[in-house]
Amino acid sequence: MTFTRRNFLKSTAVAGVAGSVGFPHIWIKDSGAAWAANGEIKVGVLFSLTGTTAVVEKSMHNATMMAIDEINAAGGINGMKLTAIVEDPASDPATFADKSNKLVLNDKCVSVFGSYTSASRKAVLPVFEKRKNLYWYPTLYEGRECSKNVMYTGAVPNQQQKEFIPWLVKTFGKKFYLIGSNYIYPKEENNVCKILLKELGGEVVGEEYVPLGHSEFGSVLNKFRETKPDVIFSTVVGDSVIALHKQYKAAGFSPDKMPMASLTTSEVEIAAMGGEYAAGHFTSAPYFMGHQSKENEVFVENYRKRFGKESVTHFVSEAAYFQMHLFRKAVEKIGKGDITPIAVRDATAGLEIMAPQGKVKVDGDNLHCYLWPKIGQAQADGQFKVIQQSSDWVKPEPYWAYPGQSCTKDGLKGA
Amino acid sequence: MDIFFGQLFTGLSIASILLLVALGLAIIYGAMGVINLAHGEFVMLGAYGTWFLQSQFGLPLIPCLLLVFFMVAAAGWVVESTVVRFLYHRPLDTILATWGIGIMLQQAVRLSAGAELRYVQTPEFLSGSIDIAGVGIPSYRLFILALTAALLALTWFVIQRTEFGMKLRAVTQNREMASCYGINSARIYSLTFAFGSGLAGLAGALVAPIKSVAPDMGTNFVVDAFMVVVVGGVGSLIGTVVSSGLLGSGTAGIAFLLNDTLAKALVFLAVVVLVRFRPQGLFVDQRRR
Repeated sequence: MTFTRRNFLKSTAVAGVAGSVGFPHIWIKDSGAAWAANGEIKVGVLFSLTGTTAVVEKSMHNATMMAIDEINAAGGINGMKLTAIVEDPASDPATFADKSNKLVLNDKCVSVFGSYTSASRKAVLPVFEKRKNLYWYPTLYEGRECSKNVMYTGAVPNQQQKEFIPWLVKTFGKKFYLIGSNYIYPKEENNVCKILLKELGGEVVGEEYVPLGHSEFGSVLNKFRETKPDVIFSTVVGDSVIALHKQYKAAGFSPDKMPMASLTTSEVEIAAMGGEYAAGHFTSAPYFMGHQSKENEVFVENYRKRFGKESVTHFVSEAAYFQMHLFRKAVEKIGKGDITPIAVRDATAGLEIMAPQGKVKVDGDNLHCYLWPKIGQAQADGQFKVIQQSSDWVKPEPYWAYPGQSCTKDGLKGA
Repeated sequence: MDIFFGQLFTGLSIASILLLVALGLAIIYGAMGVINLAHGEFVMLGAYGTWFLQSQFGLPLIPCLLLVFFMVAAAGWVVESTVVRFLYHRPLDTILATWGIGIMLQQAVRLSAGAELRYVQTPEFLSGSIDIAGVGIPSYRLFILALTAALLALTWFVIQRTEFGMKLRAVTQNREMASCYGINSARIYSLTFAFGSGLAGLAGALVAPIKSVAPDMGTNFVVDAFMVVVVGGVGSLIGTVVSSGLLGSGTAGIAFLLNDTLAKALVFLAVVVLVRFRPQGLFVDQRRR
């Protein structure tokens, strides 16, 4: 082989990759369990502060940091302070994985709290499973996952829909138009919706997915006009939610006759579109800022004191907040020398805590949470009025739409 | 029938927004040959400018439009005289430089105005819909349609009927020769860039009430705008109009018959095929280079 520039670059690149992959193994073996050294417990905080999903993730970051400060102000956990290692994954799944590696291997965080999108969670999963660490995921998501290295504190489809769909059918009618953004979450939610509708004798008059970031709903609105559904079931996410609501109103539709029923429209989206466009539409979620409870009052007041009186709390920031307190409660149960990510997970399973939405519990088998689904109607002031709350907490069933499959202590059964 | 009419209007409405966003680019790219990847960010600046004027000073949308035009034009003028001016003979470097400017503008807005989505109010008298042939036509969309037509006429007038336009056409045809005749070509380029940027800002201000205002909103617009200009033919105003009409009604039609995801893909496919067999676009401006 002659020594050309190209060959030289190739061989150094290969050596570089091999080096960066092989290197951690050299020292991870004798690194020992230094999870809580020098009177501090390190936790990773991994929410995008820049990039496309920064809008929502910033609020999750805020709620997480607020919970950490609350814990430290109250004396820490068994006398140890929580130290937050903050990384910005910039809304990019590959960067999520990189930063996770850094937080777990270099910083030795005993847990990492992060992610809004499913894509970013899927990207970090291998890291946490391989390194036997623990990831805390506060977002509602599509279910169908059973990792033993993730704590899921957001809602899964059965929790958001089981009471919502029957209520919609009873109140408005049986003809549904399903509109969602084009990725896995809306498709899985719509699967659940279609199963529920079939049981109730309902009818799907249209099912459609628009590209992420889509902002031109003229043709979709014409299809609403043509098919005349009773309910528009929306799992559109992000900026598109705003465009859809604005154009819906401008087209002369009224939520009294054909409301949008959403799983994804929260106080954040409403603040960005203006209350008059959202007023009258419905959302099902475990938490609304307008929920009446003592815990929520304190949560909202502290949040606004810290991040401005215009700021809003919503269903993912609430979960980001209470999951940190779940972590605290779990670590309190563990002896100082025994703190490991797996010990934290085992201590969290079955744990209960008073959250702003109500008392929540971690399911010992599937590591998802028992939550309190509510149906909220958006008001012109940007808040939701809670119309109905489930009478009991609802068990998380991440494989609800897949009979015969279930997530157990030992992993997925019946797949 | 009313569905067909509604769909026709949707197509027109999409086309008018495409044209609005592409107009500024058509001038900058067509007349100056500068591939300005920061064009989307000028649209974004226009939207934020409107939000700022509205939330800070309570200005209604209509007076905002004029102010925003001059604000973003000034920003364009600064970008031209500090960066683009030095890169006229290095087109590839211009692409990189304007892309970088775009990212900086995005982050600057994110740092100063915050990452949260903002909203711009629709004027009260335009927020309803008008019933035409049994179809509710959003009046704000009609407003955009009318204003786009007016801006198109204004642009045509500026380029074809004013002294500035004549000088611009002279510089476009042959910069050296025009300079020999005493035309200050650097000044003409600065003004053109500013005018194009101002139009982009105006587009941002106009679409803000029907879409969301976010720091990265420009990315989608710049892709659409380039598509319109390339299909229409570089340097041809009429080409830009026709191509935005075709792309708009094409997108709306396919989206209605199939869905929006496929509409986007099929329209891109059609553009690729067209550019393969007719790289100069639909309309070619006959001129000597």
